Parts: sequence; C-alpha cells; structure tokens
Amino acid sequence: MRKLLLLTTVILVGLVFIARLFYLQVYGGYEYDIFEDSAIKKEYNYPKRGYVYDRNGKLLVANQPSYDVMVIPRDVEFMDSIKLNEFCKLLKITKETYYKRLEKASNYSPRLSSPFVQQLSKNDYAVLQEKMRKYTGFYIQKRSLRFYQTTIGANVLGDIGEVNRNIIAKKPYYKLGDLIGKQGIEKTYENILRGIKGIKFIQKDRFNKNIGPYKNGIFDTLPKPGKDITITIDAELQAYGELLMTNKRGGIVAIEPSSGEILAMVSGPSYNPNLLVGRERSKNFNILYKDSIAKPLFDRGLQAMYPPGSPFKTLNALVALQEGVVTTEERFSCAMGYRYGNRKMGCHAHRSPANMNIGIYESCNAYFANVYRRIIDKYDSPAEGMDNWSKHIKSFGLGNYLNNDLSVGQPGKVPTASTYNRGYGKNRWYTTFTISNAIGQGEVLATPIQLANMAAAIGNRGHYYTPHIIKEIEGDTIPSKFTTPKYTTIDKRHFEPVVQGMFDVYNKGTADMLQVKGIEICGKTGTAENFAIIDSVKTQLTDHSIFVAFAPKDNPKIALAVFVENGYFGSRFAGRMASLMIEYYLRGEITRKDMENFVLRYSLEHEYQKPFSNEPFGINRQTTLEAIDEKEFQKLLQLKAEIPKS
Amino acid sequence: MLRENQRRFKFDWITIILFLLLIGFGYLNILSASHVGDVTSYFDTSQLYGKQLIFIGLTLILIILILSFEAKFYERFASIIYIVAILALLGLFLFGKDVNGARSWYGIGSMTIQPSEFAKFATALAVAKYISDLQTNMQTLKDQIRVAAIIFIPALLILLQNDAGSTMVYLAFFFVFYREGLQQIYLIVALSLIVLAVLSLKYGIAITAIVVTLVLAIRYFFRKKKRASIPQYILVLLLAVSFSYGVKLFYQHGLKTHQQNRITIFLRLEKDPVKLEQMRKREAYNLIQSEQAISSGGLTGKGFLQGTRTTGKFVPEQETDYIFSTVGEEWGFLGSSTVIILFVLLIIRILYLAEAQKSQFSRVYGYGVASILFIHFTVNIGMVMGLIPTVGIPLPFFSYGGSGLWGFTILLFIFIKLDSNKINEW
Repeated sequence: MRKLLLLTTVILVGLVFIARLFYLQVYGGYEYDIFEDSAIKKEYNYPKRGYVYDRNGKLLVANQPSYDVMVIPRDVEFMDSIKLNEFCKLLKITKETYYKRLEKASNYSPRLSSPFVQQLSKNDYAVLQEKMRKYTGFYIQKRSLRFYQTTIGANVLGDIGEVNRNIIAKKPYYKLGDLIGKQGIEKTYENILRGIKGIKFIQKDRFNKNIGPYKNGIFDTLPKPGKDITITIDAELQAYGELLMTNKRGGIVAIEPSSGEILAMVSGPSYNPNLLVGRERSKNFNILYKDSIAKPLFDRGLQAMYPPGSPFKTLNALVALQEGVVTTEERFSCAMGYRYGNRKMGCHAHRSPANMNIGIYESCNAYFANVYRRIIDKYDSPAEGMDNWSKHIKSFGLGNYLNNDLSVGQPGKVPTASTYNRGYGKNRWYTTFTISNAIGQGEVLATPIQLANMAAAIGNRGHYYTPHIIKEIEGDTIPSKFTTPKYTTIDKRHFEPVVQGMFDVYNKGTADMLQVKGIEICGKTGTAENFAIIDSVKTQLTDHSIFVAFAPKDNPKIALAVFVENGYFGSRFAGRMASLMIEYYLRGEITRKDMENFVLRYSLEHEYQKPFSNEPFGINRQTTLEAIDEKEFQKLLQLKAEIPKS
Repeated sequence: MLRENQRRFKFDWITIILFLLLIGFGYLNILSASHVGDVTSYFDTSQLYGKQLIFIGLTLILIILILSFEAKFYERFASIIYIVAILALLGLFLFGKDVNGARSWYGIGSMTIQPSEFAKFATALAVAKYISDLQTNMQTLKDQIRVAAIIFIPALLILLQNDAGSTMVYLAFFFVFYREGLQQIYLIVALSLIVLAVLSLKYGIAITAIVVTLVLAIRYFFRKKKRASIPQYILVLLLAVSFSYGVKLFYQHGLKTHQQNRITIFLRLEKDPVKLEQMRKREAYNLIQSEQAISSGGLTGKGFLQGTRTTGKFVPEQETDYIFSTVGEEWGFLGSSTVIILFVLLIIRILYLAEAQKSQFSRVYGYGVASILFIHFTVNIGMVMGLIPTVGIPLPFFSYGGSGLWGFTILLFIFIKLDSNKINEW
C-alpha cells in the first residue's frame, strides 16, 4: 500500500494534465487562425477602388483618402484621466462616447479591430498621426472613399458603405470597418471595382511593439488595384433626364437598341450622390431611407411596376399578325368602346372602323379587344390561347427579371392560363374575363426598363440585347449574355406595320403635337390608372403618364420608356419628355423649346400632396397645371445650360 | 577490466535516455523562447539559448564526475554535503544577491549560482542517511521530529530568502516519510487539512465547522467498536475550527498581496464576477497569456520556432517558469502530452528502481528524487495550465538556468550511481 501512494498520484497527475491539455488545445475544435491571433498585427493596405467613366470617357467617380481610428479592445491599456482627456480631445469625442464605443467594440470581439472614430478630417489626421503611438490598442487605418465628380446618377452609381456583420459572416474577405458597394454599380461590380486588399502580417511583442514581419513576410500580399469600368450611361443625357424629372416623380430608361446599352436611367426624385460619402453617410442615408412619401431610394425606372397601358397594344398587334388571326387591313368598328356581354370597354372619338394602323395611332380599345379575342380564341380553349399569347409576350422580356447587371429590379407580370385558373377555377373563365390584357391593363405589369426594352425590340424588328450598364472593364470583357441577341417569337416581317403605326402616332395620332422636325420618332402613349389607400378607402389618383418610343424609325439609336407618376395622359408629360430626350441625344440640342419649357415649368408636387391633404380632391380632367416661380424656372434653365460642362 | 565494463553498463539506460530526451527537448524550447530575430549562432553566449547550451555541456562533465565517485561516498558524506548546503544557504544572508526580491543567488563575476537548487539533493541525501540508520524508526515521534528538522532547516532558510516556491518543494519529503513508515494518520490529517483550508477560505468558518461536526457525528455513530470518547471528538472539532480560523487569518494578514491575490483568483473568492475578471486581467496576466499560448497550439502546434506568442514574448518568464507554454504553443497537444508522458515515465522508472534497491539508503534517496521531481513537475505544469495557484518553481530540465539544471542532474545521477552499485551491496 505504502509503495503505491506516490505511484498512483504520479499517474493521476499525468492523466489530469493530459486531460487539461486536451481541454485547452483540442476540445472545442480550436483551430489556429492568424486573423484571431493578437500576437500578429494585420496591416491592411487598401487598393485604389476602380474609377467609373461614362460612355464618352467622362470621369464620374474617383476616390479620396480617408482615415479611420481603429481599436483592438484587448490591447487597450488603462489610461489615467489626464491621458484619457487628451485622447478624447484629439478624437473630438466625449469620455462617455469613448467608453461606450470601447464597450461596443469589446462586445463584438476583444481580439479583432473595430472602427472607433471614422473618417477623420485631414487636419485631425495630421495631428493624431504623430501622437497615435502613445495610445496602445488604437491605430489609424487608411481607406479610400468615393469622390463623385458629378451630382447626377445617384441611383445608377450607387454608393459604398461599411460592411455589416451579416456580410462579414458570409464573406470572410471583409473585416469590420471595410467598405462595400451598397447600391447601384458599386454593388453589382463590387468585386471588379474593389480590387484585393494587401495584407502584412507583423509579429508583435507583448508591449505591442512591432518586432518584424511574421515568418519573413511569406504570407504578405500586395494590394491589387480595382479595375476601372466604363458604364453605358451618357452622363449628359442622364443629367438632362434628371433635369426634366425635377419636381416630378417617375422614371426614364433609355436604351441603345443595337446593343442593349442603357443610355440613361433616371429616377425622380433623385439626390446628390455625394450625400452618401463619408461621415455623413449614415445620417443622410437614414433621411433618404425614411422618406416614405417621395421614396428617393426607390428606383422608379427599375422597380416601379405598373400596368403598361396602351404601349402594350403594339405587342398584341404583333402577336395577332404572327398568329395570323388578322390582316393589317382588316377593320373593326368602334362606337366609343367595345361591348362584350352586358359590359363595355370605353374608347374615345376617332375614325371608325379602324384597321391596324388606325388602331395603333388612335390607340383604339375596341380594335385591340377584337384582335385580342381572336388571338386567344384561335385555340380550342382559352387556357391554350392564353398560354400561347403569354409565351409571345414574355419573349419581349416582360414578366420576368431581365437578369442584368443592375442592383435592383422587378419581374413585372404576364398572366398565363394558370393565373386565371387560380382566380376563377380551372376552365371556369372565358376570354372576355381577361379582355383588359388587350389594352395593357388587366393582369399585366411592367417596369419602365422592361417597356424601354420592349420598344428596343420593336425598333430592332424582333430582337433585343439584355439591357445592361457595363460597357468596358479594364483588361477584361463584359459578360457574353449582354452581347448575344435575344429573339422574340415574332417574325421580322410582321414588325413593319406596327412600326408604321407607332410612327403615325407622331404623325397624326395621340402624339402629333410632339413631333421633332427632322427626326422620325415612333412612339406610343399610355396612361395607367392608380389608386392609393386614404383613410382605409381605396381612392383613385390622377393617372400615371406613360410614353414608349424609339428613334429614328429605321436603325434606331435610342429606345426609351418614360413614366411620370400622376402626370395624367401619356403625351402631357411622359410624351414630351420622351421627345426631348430623343432630340437631346440625337442632336445634342433642343429645338422644341416650347416642350422643354413646359416640362421644366410645370411641377407635379401639388398633385403628390393631394392624398395627404385630408381634403377631397379632383383627378385627371379636374387637375390643373401648376407652374414653379420664375426664379426657380430660370435656375433650371441655367442648370440645363451647364450640363455639357458639369 | 571486465568488472569495470560490467559496471559501466549497469547504469540504468532507460533513466538516462529519458533524461537526455527531456534535456534535448527542453533546449529546443529554450531556443524558441529566447531567440530574438534569426538564430545566427547556437553558441552565441549573449543569448540565453547559447548559455543554456554551455550549461548542458558542463552538465555532461558533471555527470562523469558524479558517476566516477564511489557509490559509498554519497552515503558516507551525506551529512557533510548537507551541512555545506546549509552553510551555503546561510551565507546568502551575508553575501547573497537580490534578484526579483529574492535573496537566492551568489554572484560570481557575471555568473550567478542559486544554492537552493543544490540544497535539494543535499537534503535528500541527509534524509536518506538518517532514515537508513538502523536505529531510526519512523513510527516514533522522536525520529519523526528529527527527520522533519532536517527538511525544516533548509526550507525555512529558503523561505526567509523570499523564495516561497522553492520552499514548497520540501513538502515532497512527505511521500518519502510515508513510504518509510510514517503512520497513516498523518496522511489523513494532511488531506483533511487541505480540505479544511479550502473549505474555510471558500465558504467561511461557520460552514466549515458544520461540515466537520457532521463528519465527526457520522463517524461517531457508524463506528461501533473502538469508539473514541466525546470529549476527544470535541477536541478535534475545536482544533479544526481554530485551524480554519488560522487559515483565514493567515490568508488575510500572513500573505503578501500578490500571494493573496493568486489564491483569491484560483479559488474564486471574489463574489463579484466583474471584479474577479478585472483582478484576473490585472494579477493573472502571466497565466492568461500562458493559457492562450497553450490553447493556440491546437492539436499539432504551430511548429518549432513558429509560435507567434512565443516569438512575441507574450508570456513573461517564458524561458524559465513558463517554458511549458512554449511547448504547448509550438508542439501542440501531441508534443506537450509527450512531455508529460516522459516525466511520468521518468518518475515511475525512478520509483521502480528505488523499490528494487537492497540498501535502504539508496531506496530512500531514490524516493526523494522521485518526490522532488514530482512536486516540480506537478506544481510547475499545474500552474502554467491554471490548475493550481501561481507558484514560482522551475520545470526540471526545461527551465532556463544553470543552477537548476545542475541541481536536478546531480540529484538524478547520484541515484543512477547508487542504483548501478546495488549488486555490490552486502
């Protein structure tokens, strides 16, 4: 017995020690991660973020240096009140803020660095830089912020902001305090613009002193600069579009039909992209984000889904010709509308009976109701007819995401047989139930960019390129999906009558007053009824003004869709803006000053106030136009004059 | 000639190989823990690893010297060696040099020598000599007191020199005494006292008294035969309570602040977790750093000379008392377990050899060697891994320092010599 006491104790202690080692080193799956090792300082070297140029080589977005004070909470030493006061004064924060931020950083991770004071001014940086060594646990991190060379295109260019913890968890490349593209091209081309940050691993001693590169720097990397990109936007056209949209809400999307390149992408109201740079970003972003009435962050060119209205009729004409259910000369009569059963779809006064040409330029509802019924009723069951129709319509890029390189988008909607089967029950519905589709109301929804793309496809006589915003990437090619044409299901030969109809819209139809001498424009007006819930009552508001166009008629250079919220009939605002955009793009100047003055002078702000006025209000016919005061009008003219220079 | 050869190979090679493995591995870790920048020359005597290499070289000479003496020499001169060691310790009060608040070193030129490292084997020899005397009977109180005095004198001197860690080593001899016939009651009392001390610090005197009362009551009622009288029980209770009170008093007033803090942190005597954490950060910096370094080694470690915390010298005293943190970081679980296994094997081997000795002197001495190594091993590694309160005590063969290395080498090789001589015993 006596012999065994020490022996057993020794073995026992050995086992306890091995167990303890196991607990410390193996249990809990401890894996060595150099990024978590506080003995190794990670020095990041952020590369230049790629510049952004417009299609004409104009620099839109550059960089500016910025300095953040970072903290590694575990390394922070206790400071006496004199030292702490001095430090807080340097950082221009209060002691309470100091403790609060330190605690917050510590809660995130005591080992990893967190931003402490962000985006110092140059002066503060100069003063701090020399004294920083005194404050163990704090260091200055240089980053690069965006520097916008322009005040336009906020929705296109987007912005960069600090990564949040969700992103860090998903993408370990990013560390707290890093910047990432949040909206627009900054988001979609983040990986190209960003480059790859360089990293230096530095061995520290326990006094936080650098004692040389870790393993002689074999893991260190050099920063890889971000690539510059050229976007398809024409900065001047974009600026002009934004100017036209002043005091209005809506979207303009202009596309080059021969390439699918987006020339302009306007969303109103807009904001200055410089608001979302630097220290003020989160404050300003919150203001924009919380503006639930004007919704400046809502890109109306990409995200606003509405019934397309009359412009959609052109597609029905094309489908009818493709299906062979009408000829271009066949006429249908219209007696102020189309009657089916005991119901009537109204129309306005125009020549009757109408052939396809008249049907299009007069935008005759009755004509298209007839044509639509023929399309659907060609098949044995409305379901079959509906699916066939739906297939044709979808081939124009409607009813689904365009799958392009924009950071936001909406699929729109094109109904199929199953849409109605769900609503009415299987085979318990007839063509007339869906008659609104004939005139682009009903169940069809589309975004302005989809309508612009539709116009491009018609202008191209049967194909389109996915609308995209990237034109060139430094030392790289753009994805092939943007350079391969997509063909619609309509044969090329059927387009000419429809194009002629759209041309006659300008010649003798609903947009005859929007002609621009010397430019053959094809277009189609549209309106979209819309409603708001006011005091839990569904209330109709003034129609949205819609216009879809391309020009010139043959080999079009530009196709666009304009959409103005509560702008009333199509030619009133949207049509004018479309003509102006086309002329500005093709000619670089405006001859139709009357149209330009009209658009700039009249504001729709009063219209937007109506639903919030708590008073009954009139819509459409009962609305009046309200002009802005002369001084402001002159200011807009001044802005216009400055566009080519800015 | 044949006799000579036989004798040479009678050394226990297993022990010697274990010793060499530990020394070799220890040197690698000192190299890791003490190098600054690239290692230009292993013999660079301005660096600790260069010095340690010289110490190891001298150790080999020392070993030859020890083995070349007659085995009988150590038994015969045990008392004289002991007296020399005590004198050396006493001399410190006159000629000693203060290092880190402990007056434990003689300075000879640029070299320092720590006599307490040599006092261990001297004491072990003296204890062996006394116990192996035919007239000694460990069951008698007289001999118990005398043998206790043998260890008490150097222990006290070392304590007075402010080296509490080295003092603790003398507790090792309890194992020796127990093996040599010390009554069971001492073991029971010793264990009870440890439990009592922890109880009274952690839960207070009242609860301790209640627990003791309960235990005594249970014992009283379940032990039908040989029942002690009630006054005796009450005496035990009173003694326990006064011990408990004494421990408390000692903790509050008898300890230096840093010692008190170590116990507070270890037993978590501070109730407020925030304060305790602050205290840990402030007072247990070494321990936190050392645990982190060990943990960061993972299963296989970061590799020789690759430890980031070792290279950055994050663990204070990492080449001396905290050398095991370097083992943990660079060699991982596999390497550090190997070290533990090597130590356990060495101690078991010594115990095995000790039991096989024919002479009681050799056996007692062997037991002393095993016990001293065991205490160092347990206290040092236990401390570095946070299993016992911080006590400054080196890890044999690993920690940097000539005195320590030589002290342990002499301690071990005297036994190897004694063991090689066992067939010549009568």
